[in-house]
Amino acid sequence: MGKKDQKVVVLPCSGIGKVYGALSRETTYELVERLRPGLAVTTCLPLLVIKDPEAVALVTENPVITIDGCPKECAKKSVEALGKVVDKAYEAINFYKAHKDLKPKGVAEVDETGRKLATLAAGEIAQEVDKLAAEGGS
Amino acid sequence: MMDIQVHKVGIVSCSGEEIPEGTLCRLACRKVLDERAGETVTICLPLFIAGGEEERTFAANYPTITVDGCDKMCAAKATEMLSGKPAKSLVIPEILQRHGLTSPEKLRHFGPEEEAAVKAVAAEIARAVDEVLGED
Repeated sequence: MGKKDQKVVVLPCSGIGKVYGALSRETTYELVERLRPGLAVTTCLPLLVIKDPEAVALVTENPVITIDGCPKECAKKSVEALGKVVDKAYEAINFYKAHKDLKPKGVAEVDETGRKLATLAAGEIAQEVDKLAAEGGS
Repeated sequence: MMDIQVHKVGIVSCSGEEIPEGTLCRLACRKVLDERAGETVTICLPLFIAGGEEERTFAANYPTITVDGCDKMCAAKATEMLSGKPAKSLVIPEILQRHGLTSPEKLRHFGPEEEAAVKAVAAEIARAVDEVLGED
């Protein structure tokens, strides 16, 4: 059974150069603001880079899902650099591959089609959030 | 010593996924990167850790302007710690205060209400780009 105050941390890509970075953020915001508010939370990825104590504690003490925008996997690797195993790692491009009718556009923020794709992606990830919250993660 | 002329400036944006100022930062940086495409280049900040030697030497290859969304100054600190001292460090709340603007309140889907803030921050980044290029 999961802990009473269990949170699941969702970390998107930080990129401002590619559409899938923007898609990963939109998906994260769907989760933390609309689908699983209070349960799914996020933090700024750069806080992990500078090892901010609060952000590091959040990530190391809770299950973590990463959504990366490119094969460089910054989100996943930033968590792993803290000695934490990511509980579930997604690559945003795979959501498009699964829904080829929704080709996202935009770089800093996605367009309307991207928002629809993010809603679908967030719905899928929400199931994983629930599962990790119940199990407690790694 | 050889005189190397600076042609491009590196812009390192806070990604600030957790705060509205982070979104403002990304949008303003992107605007400058698009409008000054020949003179600016960027890097995803976490690549200082997740990337290789090429990414870690970013600040050695380009004079760098960091743009931060809050006083934790992740972009400035991470750039200095992992790559090299930034040429200039900008902080969004200070820029907004100078322009008499308030911080945006939402994390996404910025529209006309946030446009003035995006333009003000982008203008200050562009000015910093001019200054860095002019210093050469």
